[in-house]
Amino acid sequence: MNMLSAVQLIPGVNSSKKQMCFDWGPGEMLVCETSFNKKEKSETVPGCPFIYIIRKDVDVYSQILRKLFNESHGIFVGLQRIEEELTGKSRKAQLVRVSKNYRSVIRACMEEMHQVAIAAKDPACSCQFSSQVSILSAMELIWNLCEILFIEVAPAGPLLLHLLDWVRLHVCEVDNLLADVLGSENPRKHESFWKLVTILVLQGRLDEARQMLSKEADSSPTSAGMCRILGDLMRTMPVLSPGTTQTLTELELKWQHWHEECERHLQDGTFASSPHLESLCKIMLGDEAALLEQKELLNNWYHFLVTRLLYSHPTVKPIDLHFYAQSSLDLFLGGESSPEPLDNILMAAFEFDIHQVIKECSIALSNWWFVAHLTDLLDHCKLLQSHNLYFGSNMREFLLLEYASGLFAHHSLWQLGVDYFDYCPELGRVSLELHIERIPLSTEQKALKVLRICEQRQMTEQVRSICKILAMKAVRNNRLGSALSWSIRAKDAAFATLVSDRFLRDYCERGCFSDLDLIDNLGPAMMLSDRLTFLGKYREFHRLYGEKRFVDAASLLLSLMTSQIAPRSFWMTLLTDALPLLEQKQVIFSAEQTYELMRCLEDLTSGRPVHGEPDAQRLQDDDIETTKVEMLRLALARNLARAIIKEGSLEGS
Amino acid sequence: MEEIYAKFVSQKISKTRWRPVPAGSLQTAETFATGSWDNEENRVSLWSIGDFGNLDSDGGFEGDHQLLCDIKHHGDVMDLQFFDQERIVAASSTGSVTLFLHHPNNQTLSVGQQWTAAHYHTSPGSPSCRSAPCTGVVCSNPEIVTVGEDGRINLFRADHKEAVRTIDNADSSTLHAVTFLRTPEILTVNSIGQLKIWDFRQQGNEPSQILSLTGDRVPLHCVDRHPNQQHVVATGGQDGMLSIWDVRQGTMPVSLLKAHEAEMWEVHFHPSNPDHLFTCSEDGSLWHWDASTDAPEKSSLFHEGGRSSIFLFHSISNQANVHQSVISSWLSTDPAKGRIEITSLLPNRTLSVNSLDVLGPCLVCGTDAEAIYVTRQLFS
Repeated sequence: MNMLSAVQLIPGVNSSKKQMCFDWGPGEMLVCETSFNKKEKSETVPGCPFIYIIRKDVDVYSQILRKLFNESHGIFVGLQRIEEELTGKSRKAQLVRVSKNYRSVIRACMEEMHQVAIAAKDPACSCQFSSQVSILSAMELIWNLCEILFIEVAPAGPLLLHLLDWVRLHVCEVDNLLADVLGSENPRKHESFWKLVTILVLQGRLDEARQMLSKEADSSPTSAGMCRILGDLMRTMPVLSPGTTQTLTELELKWQHWHEECERHLQDGTFASSPHLESLCKIMLGDEAALLEQKELLNNWYHFLVTRLLYSHPTVKPIDLHFYAQSSLDLFLGGESSPEPLDNILMAAFEFDIHQVIKECSIALSNWWFVAHLTDLLDHCKLLQSHNLYFGSNMREFLLLEYASGLFAHHSLWQLGVDYFDYCPELGRVSLELHIERIPLSTEQKALKVLRICEQRQMTEQVRSICKILAMKAVRNNRLGSALSWSIRAKDAAFATLVSDRFLRDYCERGCFSDLDLIDNLGPAMMLSDRLTFLGKYREFHRLYGEKRFVDAASLLLSLMTSQIAPRSFWMTLLTDALPLLEQKQVIFSAEQTYELMRCLEDLTSGRPVHGEPDAQRLQDDDIETTKVEMLRLALARNLARAIIKEGSLEGS
Repeated sequence: MEEIYAKFVSQKISKTRWRPVPAGSLQTAETFATGSWDNEENRVSLWSIGDFGNLDSDGGFEGDHQLLCDIKHHGDVMDLQFFDQERIVAASSTGSVTLFLHHPNNQTLSVGQQWTAAHYHTSPGSPSCRSAPCTGVVCSNPEIVTVGEDGRINLFRADHKEAVRTIDNADSSTLHAVTFLRTPEILTVNSIGQLKIWDFRQQGNEPSQILSLTGDRVPLHCVDRHPNQQHVVATGGQDGMLSIWDVRQGTMPVSLLKAHEAEMWEVHFHPSNPDHLFTCSEDGSLWHWDASTDAPEKSSLFHEGGRSSIFLFHSISNQANVHQSVISSWLSTDPAKGRIEITSLLPNRTLSVNSLDVLGPCLVCGTDAEAIYVTRQLFS
């Protein structure tokens, strides 16, 4: 396993000549050279002009590991939804199934990585992939052991069967060898024949070993008898068969008999003439020296441990495991080498010290994926309840937060991180709030996805901020319609006012409205801000006027001023709009309405102190404006006269 | 719908499209294209679900789709359409539109034609323009129509370097999708709940017709037209609603169907079996709507394991004026009959299903969970 990475040098940076500065980010670190010089030297060394981004979680960027992250995300979410009511057996079965799913994802990933490593042309590249394969393989090995010990909680008896499966799964070169030997013309003469048989026995695959022995017996009459006897011993070895009612005591008794029989054959020298068979028999007796002779075939101490248990303590209790594990490790290493991180992790597992397992894994592995998911699963097995950290929340949450933060640092995997934060009850929400604001919103579609995440979680502050960002962008791009839509969605009255003002300004400049499709269909959203209401109503006035519904248009126009919805700066425009209505053949403004209009005009021209000088000043300065006012006054007076006559004559008739 | 194959592809899939089969041939779909988004380097890829010379006839790898070839794409792939058998048009978030050529001989993709800055924003005061994402594209050989966040509609021809026709400011909001109604008329949907019909024969930048959802102005994200009855149009909105429109009459949808819980990203009528409709959504679901009336014992029950969802079906306009001629099953809005059966096609909810496509008995969809799902037995 490629663990505990040493000091990493950043290419191009010389920290012995230049002072460095750095800044932490969520998943990354910025490093650059400063212009300060050590030792007061003059600036002779050319500086490095770059700012480096150092990523701590490199694995996130692996194309193949992305599949692991994505696929396991689905399993993770499924696990969180497992009904809490499920208890006892069904719950355990569910959890074991989940654990197996996780492992199969690791395996799939490992196989693909292996294929890529083989196919890679560049040796350095190939080496990198191979080291990834070994890391994945170690992860699966640890996970599998944890599954047996902590999730399955296998009792004495079945425990050993599980451990055997575990070893068989991870020491799998034998299958290639088996195919190789059986595929050869004369298997018995194959150079690795005895090696194969020995491995089969070491792994407890006695049926297969027996078949191989029968081949030997068929072709060599001298050893046929011995092979038959050893074969019989293999056949009669008592094993626990799941599903039977056999008790452990019965098994132990039978096993004791069988063991004694093997012992007797060895002492009688039954196999004395064949060193191969004799060594096999010794293995089957659990003879430590004989086992250690096969060190190379055993590969590692945990294989040694399991084989040793198989042939000397087949009904080992979980509680005694650590004792055998420790002695196996000591015997196997024999003081020649010190245990590696992987050995320590497995040993901690055999000691049932979950926290130590997680701690060692966190230190040794280069990503948070493994510890985060394993801890979460063990937490669902209710194994971590008591443990609280002195910082943040509990360990499960701490690890999940670390993992999810790593995902958020990635330009594309951030979406996965959201669900992990969701299942961190204490700090998940705040973390999500902090991270989600930092997602770059390159397109509206992406923004919509981020918005949906925030809206589903009632993160109103973030929703507002995203809509505001989009509205600002739209304004900058001169897309007023879009900007208005976004500020309506954010319910941002101030911004809606600002955009409405832009619309009105454009109208004053061009004399026509843009984006009618939006303004005509504002609906209830119009009530968001006074200015927006005015914009919508003013446009409605234009529509009524266009449809020649003059009476409605006139009363709407007047109400815009009297109800103070229209900004005062716009009144002159409104009054000018009234001019053609005043000049129509039929009387449109009633006498009362005309009085109102006159009052509005007087309000505007008298330059009331509330409104300040500039407006009045401007009105007086501008000749055109004065003429306009004169025209208005004339039109209003004439209309008033006509209205009084009309109203009077109507009443009269 | 037993066999649905998933493959994780290490990129978030924004679009999936079947390559059309030659008209009149008996071939079934076997090649599809995908586009990715939100990656540091996005790609347009071609995949095959073929049997590779029947090597896998024992069923071993039959359903697994294999990568044929791929090519780098600048920006997110916002939309993807097959122009013909060998050419694919991709819309980019950088505002460009690219025509890719597929060379079947050596299985490679190359850029055939590119219209850079097809969509752009003009900033007030400065002459420079910023690119705007192109959100939708539709092809009808030799024409290509694109729409974008800039509210612009472009009409390209494969052999012309410049746009044949551009409608600036066609929409005040973002245009989300486009489809052909009948040449030369197109349909667009926008982010304020409007469906607009444009006629390229008319000059000016006004649509020939505007239809809209009333009230909340819910953004519409996708649109598809009934393959045989060209007046029947389906759209999907931000609230997950499926709307069926009859563009011949009224300005409102004929029916509104409560569907997904989040944005409906795509809606597709089955091209040869249009009583079937498919929708996918941000909420991670993919639905099959079956409105065929001949199916025996149809119930309006919602067929999805354990999930209880209210299935609202309300008609807006009554159909008193229907002619004796063929009535589309999508326009008959008699809730009592409850003639639509809905099936959820994905086994468990994942992240957003961004795109889907159907052709014959085959369906392909792509998700933000970086998986492509393919099934070849839609109606079994």
